[in-house]
Amino acid sequence: MSAETTAVHAHGAEHEDHEGMTKGRIWKVFFVLLAITCVEFIIALYLAPHYHIPSHWINPIYIVLTLLKAFYIVGYFMHLKFEKVGLALAIIVPILFIIGLILVLTNESHYWIDLRL
Amino acid sequence: MSTAVTQQIDEVKSTPWSGGRSPFDVEYGKMMMWFFLLSDAFTFSSLLISYGALRFSAPTWPAPSLVFQSFPGLIEHGAPLVFVGLMTFILIMSSVTMVLAVEAGHRNSKKEVVWWMIGTIIGGLMFLSCQALEWNHLHSEGFWWGHIPNKETMQEFFAIGVPYTQQAMTSQQFANLFFTITGFHGFHVFSGVIINIVITVNVLLGTYQKRGSYLMVEKVGLYWHFVDLVWVFVFTFFYLV
Repeated sequence: MSAETTAVHAHGAEHEDHEGMTKGRIWKVFFVLLAITCVEFIIALYLAPHYHIPSHWINPIYIVLTLLKAFYIVGYFMHLKFEKVGLALAIIVPILFIIGLILVLTNESHYWIDLRL
Repeated sequence: MSTAVTQQIDEVKSTPWSGGRSPFDVEYGKMMMWFFLLSDAFTFSSLLISYGALRFSAPTWPAPSLVFQSFPGLIEHGAPLVFVGLMTFILIMSSVTMVLAVEAGHRNSKKEVVWWMIGTIIGGLMFLSCQALEWNHLHSEGFWWGHIPNKETMQEFFAIGVPYTQQAMTSQQFANLFFTITGFHGFHVFSGVIINIVITVNVLLGTYQKRGSYLMVEKVGLYWHFVDLVWVFVFTFFYLV
């Protein structure tokens, strides 16, 4: 009887861990997303114009912050962080093709601008 | 002896990929939703990457802080990013209500699911209204598929000294890409709202309560979060960069 109770309890705990998103956690992720957006706004509206930071410094910061937001949305809101590793890999690995296309087309666009100028 | 062998075989079969059960441990429809979203991610990436390629290859580009500086109906000039910030907030907020609906579904609390779903639908409709205002504003300035503002208006959107021919070329690219990409995203929001309404009606009818699981709410939630995810990228590449 006692062993059974422990087993049920252990299962319950595991279940809870698998579910992952409690109300508190949801709001925590929301405030993280809001904070990142606010940081982007501060950079765009205050830091960049007042300190004349060149855009090739600012843009990578925006992209890193955007990817961070994407991580929180996909990982927590879409729950991918709590799915089986196989499923997560099946979704994330194909993204490499997108990175490939980005690299190809940035290279190509530098060629286009040389043609135009 | 024979028991030991059986045990050993059982042990071998207990890894996720050794057969007998789904290695992904996720319901069929939910997995297919993930793969659909992956394909959708490719579509949006192609659009955004072609935008990037055209923008990189252009000698100049309309400055976002000059094009998007109005809050329709309230402020005409000098408020860059404020309106789109509101839109971003609305969409993130509706993502939160969606994930709260999913959480309520895990607890089989029909009433809470309904209220959070209604909140999500309202958020989606608010976002769509904001986008309609944004489109209307740009359209009234002269931007549209195949149309650019007249010479005097267009000067306002560029740094001083950019020649008119360059302004005309990149404005056209900007207009086409802006309306196509935000339009495609807006269409996703619109279909998301429709799907959310269908699911909410089903929740009200008690379909999922009878079924014993609110997994459908989870699936539509995946779609809704994806729409939010795409907006995060559109926001960065059209309004910030």
